[in-house]
Amino acid sequence: MGIHTSVDPETDTIRFLSPDGALCRPMPSSVSDELLLSLYRAMTRARIFDGKAIALQRTGQLGTFASALGQEAVGVGAAAAMAARDVLAPSYRDHAAQFMRGMTMAECLLYWGGDERGSDFARSRLDFPNCVPVATQVAHAVGAAHAFKLRREDRAVVTFVGDGGTANGGFYEALNMAGVWKSPVVIVINNNGWAISTPRALESAAATLAQKGVAVGVEGRQVDGNDVAAVYDTVRQAIDKARAGQGPTLIEALTYRLGDHTTADDATRYRDADLVRREWAREPIARLRAYLIREGAWSEDKEAALQQQCLEEVGQAVSAYLATQPAGSDAMFDHLYATLPPAYDYQRETARRFAPGGGGGHG
Amino acid sequence: MAELSLVEAVNRALAYEMAVDESVLLLGEDIGVNGGVFRATNGLQARFGRERVIDTPLAEGAIAGVAVGMAAMGLKPVAEIQFTGFIYPTIDQMINHASRLRNRTRGRLTCPMVLRSPYGAGIHAPEHHSESPEALFAHMPGLRVVIPSSPARAYGLLLAAMRDPDPVVFLEPTRLYRLFKQEVADDGESLPLDACFLSREGKDATLVAWGAMMQETLAAADALEREGVDVEVIDVATIKPLDVETILRSVEKTGRCVIIHEAPRTAGFGAEIAAEIAERALFSLLAPVKRVAAYDVVVPLSRLERQYIPSVDRIVDAVRSVMEGP
Repeated sequence: MGIHTSVDPETDTIRFLSPDGALCRPMPSSVSDELLLSLYRAMTRARIFDGKAIALQRTGQLGTFASALGQEAVGVGAAAAMAARDVLAPSYRDHAAQFMRGMTMAECLLYWGGDERGSDFARSRLDFPNCVPVATQVAHAVGAAHAFKLRREDRAVVTFVGDGGTANGGFYEALNMAGVWKSPVVIVINNNGWAISTPRALESAAATLAQKGVAVGVEGRQVDGNDVAAVYDTVRQAIDKARAGQGPTLIEALTYRLGDHTTADDATRYRDADLVRREWAREPIARLRAYLIREGAWSEDKEAALQQQCLEEVGQAVSAYLATQPAGSDAMFDHLYATLPPAYDYQRETARRFAPGGGGGHG
Repeated sequence: MAELSLVEAVNRALAYEMAVDESVLLLGEDIGVNGGVFRATNGLQARFGRERVIDTPLAEGAIAGVAVGMAAMGLKPVAEIQFTGFIYPTIDQMINHASRLRNRTRGRLTCPMVLRSPYGAGIHAPEHHSESPEALFAHMPGLRVVIPSSPARAYGLLLAAMRDPDPVVFLEPTRLYRLFKQEVADDGESLPLDACFLSREGKDATLVAWGAMMQETLAAADALEREGVDVEVIDVATIKPLDVETILRSVEKTGRCVIIHEAPRTAGFGAEIAAEIAERALFSLLAPVKRVAAYDVVVPLSRLERQYIPSVDRIVDAVRSVMEGP
């Protein structure tokens, strides 16, 4: 696959499933019905979690939360293509991918509920935590990938950045470096159409975001981000390529932010409701469900059982999250340095003295 | 033992650690074939190869960012920023990631990186080459900010910085790079971080300085000795976290303190030291604490830079005034 001089959205967008769930080209050999079923379950699980997290925020039981509604195929498809030994450098809207990596729902809730312990993942211990300063995570991914390359380790790094993030200097600098170094990294642009209230058209005059790779010698590909099979297969190929020492790939996944930017946002202020209604016709879960039902691989009974199972799982995670006691004041100091310098003794003591209930307590 | 300039001491420390720890690697602009614009990395690419001494694209923010990624995966990157005037794009990565990765992940991921940069005025360099931004970095929880004042301290402190499990901003006074040589044993012995050095003992007043200003401060101490004033001189060395106890002990002994720094006065790190003294040693003071700092102006171009950098005369004048009392 050569490097294109541009990426043409009319001809180059990779898609297997049409919005109505019909095949628009044969499924790739890497994608079995069994795999599709597992991806379907994962997307459903993420969406049910998402709804519950918003409900918790609305009832004062969770802090600000960034919903991934409608974008589940990007995270699930990309993370499914990763091996456990690979590393994820997420943005802040990537819990669908992080769940695939083993982040628990309770960890996710702890993070958005205001507790650093949510980023102390029990699994995928080398995955980076959520990254809020937009696009700064791309450099981490390139650095981590370079570490693997230098040590001759058979590992790749996948990172997510939004469409708005591609306007940021940090994105360009890191992408450029990855190109020069042939870093084993896959940069996935979650192009959900919106950077809070700023539409894609105001972020860049480029015809596609994938072609931003072209200028720096990095292969750019555009994929229907609401087709989980297309995301999976494209990221899988990019990871194989990275492992083979053939360098980075920039993948633009076209999806849509069906929800608000976060629970602190009200998208009705700047976005036409009709536009969102139209986008619901393209969303990834109904699309795959239609395909699976047509294939005879899914049914209403199975759907009901899955919904029930996910609701129970989310309910258990919520209980675990709500039962987690806040850490004591020492938690602010415990992980600031490997060993807290003596200069901090007075401040830690002060925090203990003024903490509700007397402070102390690690976490 | 060899006579080394400060920049040669930096080079020896880097070489020593690269030889004993294969996780150490260097990255920065023009540090490979060219050996760095000040030659701090001279010969290191030839010795350790292109994979461990990396000429990066010209992008300081990404240099810091990829260093964070490398460090999180167990390497010990030492990133060079060519001049401190170009260090500002790294601040995003240093404040948002390097300094807090350990805290954010409860110790799961760490960031043992060093961000080195030539620092300060006094070499008639062009615009944007002479800044002293140590206070910016000192304000970032989770970082260490270390400034050597001699070849021996550069060698020992840089080794300590590379061995530290947390991120260190290491600011090397350009003015001292080749100003003088000193016997430095290339023995891999580090010096302690988070500790001030007592550079000269005295009983009448405490002079607190760091980096290149140690030159003017020690010269002022000599001049004051000729006037019969016996000053103690403390080289802070690690600005953050501050070893305030050593400073307080000295001030409690002498009762007088003058703080000297090349950075602008307002919100400079001297203010922090003065505040600590006011909070914890006020009743030991026989005179108000004085600061001798650069004026709150933009670093001038070379024709005026000597008037910008606090002079021996200004330091002597400040000490005389505190000796007179309030």
